[in-house]
Amino acid sequence: MNKSELEKMALEVRKGIVSAVHSAKAGHPGGSLSAAEIFTYLYFEEMNIDPADPKNEDRDRFVLSKGHTAPGLYSALANRGFFPVQDLLTLRHTGSYLQGHPDMKNIPGVDMSSGSLGQGVSCAVGMALAGKMQGKDYRVYALCGDGEIEEGQIWEAAMFAGFRKLDNLCVIVDNNHLQIDGPVDKVCSPYPIDRKFESFNFHVINIDGNDFDELKKAFDEAKTVKGMPTAIVARTVKGKGVSFMEHAVDWHGKAPNDEEYAIAMEDLRKAGEALCQN
Amino acid sequence: MSELKKIATRESYGNTLAELGAEHENIVVLDADLAAATKTSVFQKVFPERHIDCGIAEANMTGIAAGLATCGYVPFISSFAMFAAGRAYEQVRNSIGYPHLNVKIAATHAGISVGEDGASHQCNEDIALMRAIPGMTVINPADDVEARAAVKAAYEHEGPVYLRLGRLAVPVINDEAEYRFELGKGIMLRDGSDCTVIATGLCVYEALSAAERLAENGIQARVINIHTIKPLDEEIVICAAKETGRIFTVEEHSVIGGLGAAVAEVLSEKCPTKLTRIGVNDVFGESGPAKELLHKYRLDAEGIAGRIGDEMR
Repeated sequence: MNKSELEKMALEVRKGIVSAVHSAKAGHPGGSLSAAEIFTYLYFEEMNIDPADPKNEDRDRFVLSKGHTAPGLYSALANRGFFPVQDLLTLRHTGSYLQGHPDMKNIPGVDMSSGSLGQGVSCAVGMALAGKMQGKDYRVYALCGDGEIEEGQIWEAAMFAGFRKLDNLCVIVDNNHLQIDGPVDKVCSPYPIDRKFESFNFHVINIDGNDFDELKKAFDEAKTVKGMPTAIVARTVKGKGVSFMEHAVDWHGKAPNDEEYAIAMEDLRKAGEALCQN
Repeated sequence: MSELKKIATRESYGNTLAELGAEHENIVVLDADLAAATKTSVFQKVFPERHIDCGIAEANMTGIAAGLATCGYVPFISSFAMFAAGRAYEQVRNSIGYPHLNVKIAATHAGISVGEDGASHQCNEDIALMRAIPGMTVINPADDVEARAAVKAAYEHEGPVYLRLGRLAVPVINDEAEYRFELGKGIMLRDGSDCTVIATGLCVYEALSAAERLAENGIQARVINIHTIKPLDEEIVICAAKETGRIFTVEEHSVIGGLGAAVAEVLSEKCPTKLTRIGVNDVFGESGPAKELLHKYRLDAEGIAGRIGDEMR
């Protein structure tokens, strides 16, 4: 996809996020929206995956370590054809396969169950290690939150990945700067994120994570790095694309009511119109 | 029975891993800087490329195993029970249990028979923790013969398994030629009509010895070895309750949540029978030689026989 197509798809992913969370009357829109470009780029451009063959042994893998942003992952998977887009409206409903957090057993395209913060990078490391041991050339991607990296297990995993030179592993930090209790640097600052990963023997790339040009450059560069894993520190805007959710900590884990939902969808519709005029 | 050969179940584990590794290329073994103690070093010597030392980071080791399992490997992960089941409980629950991944958690140094290291390292709660995870199989072998069979059964079983292993060398009570391990099936080692002693792990030998002592005093105790605590062999438990009318459980684990609790759950729901849970009585352990601790906590033959004798009086 070219940049314009990716931007249009990111809007579809955002619409899916907002609709799913609104339908669920619960969920996490802020961190799903901040990572919409990341989800879109991975599933529509970067990763070697096939919706018709989601368990293919040679596919690239993705672990959503910040599992509460499942609406973002589900919306990308649905739009990519892993399951029907209208199923997004069953998110968090009793009996739906679209659980509040990713469930690999029941959701096509989900490579790892997650949700309890801090655990996903270790699982991604296991997948990357398996690839090395089996001589396969697939790549493994893990997406963390900037608040999530306050969890110690992230750094256990980073130490191992750096030590083992897992250059088939790419960790992306969605640096939207907000966690539940406030700005990350007011709660328990993880900064400097880039220098931390560097000291764990990662190749580190700092980018604007809501910009497809920068995402492309970063993921292309990561593939050329040999002998060390890559960490992409992606500065993003929490709630990106919905006017009243942007930079607003309150929208970490809250669903829009009907009125807010209408405003949010109107914001996204207008953004779509603007894209078409360009 | 004092002349029996003794071997720790952790040794049985290491030896069997090396044997299985030769047959199955999908076996990988992970350790957290305790390979010499957990005996995964035996596997490491033969298959260094399939032994992954994760350093002192049990949570990460558990997650790595989950990731490896999604790619077709059958990981065995080892540490002391305190860390494998305790420190990494939530990783076991969420990264392995919830997606029902094919990872085997082989935890050594369980119970007070850790000995000198003391309470911080004596995990008396691991059975309770692991038993509560949906889909987890929990095995606690009694001796070398059973432990070797259990490691093989764990490999053959599709899904997560918790294997409880010990540090202390314990008598080999099973006959290799005759022994058959069947997951989820208890084994009656001695028949008796006055009461039944249901034991697990190293307490099986102690319970058998206790039964001999009790017989000298006119009490005929049936002895059942429960190697698989989950799924529990309910049939053998209920049958013993009906036929002997009095049940004792014996385990080197807290009386809360372990074998005793599992048996109590079955009996109270399906065949109410007087039950006495013999185990670690909701206290932390302490430092001391393992044998002395088992004596002090009344989990040796003398202590078990004494308790049963008192209760049956």
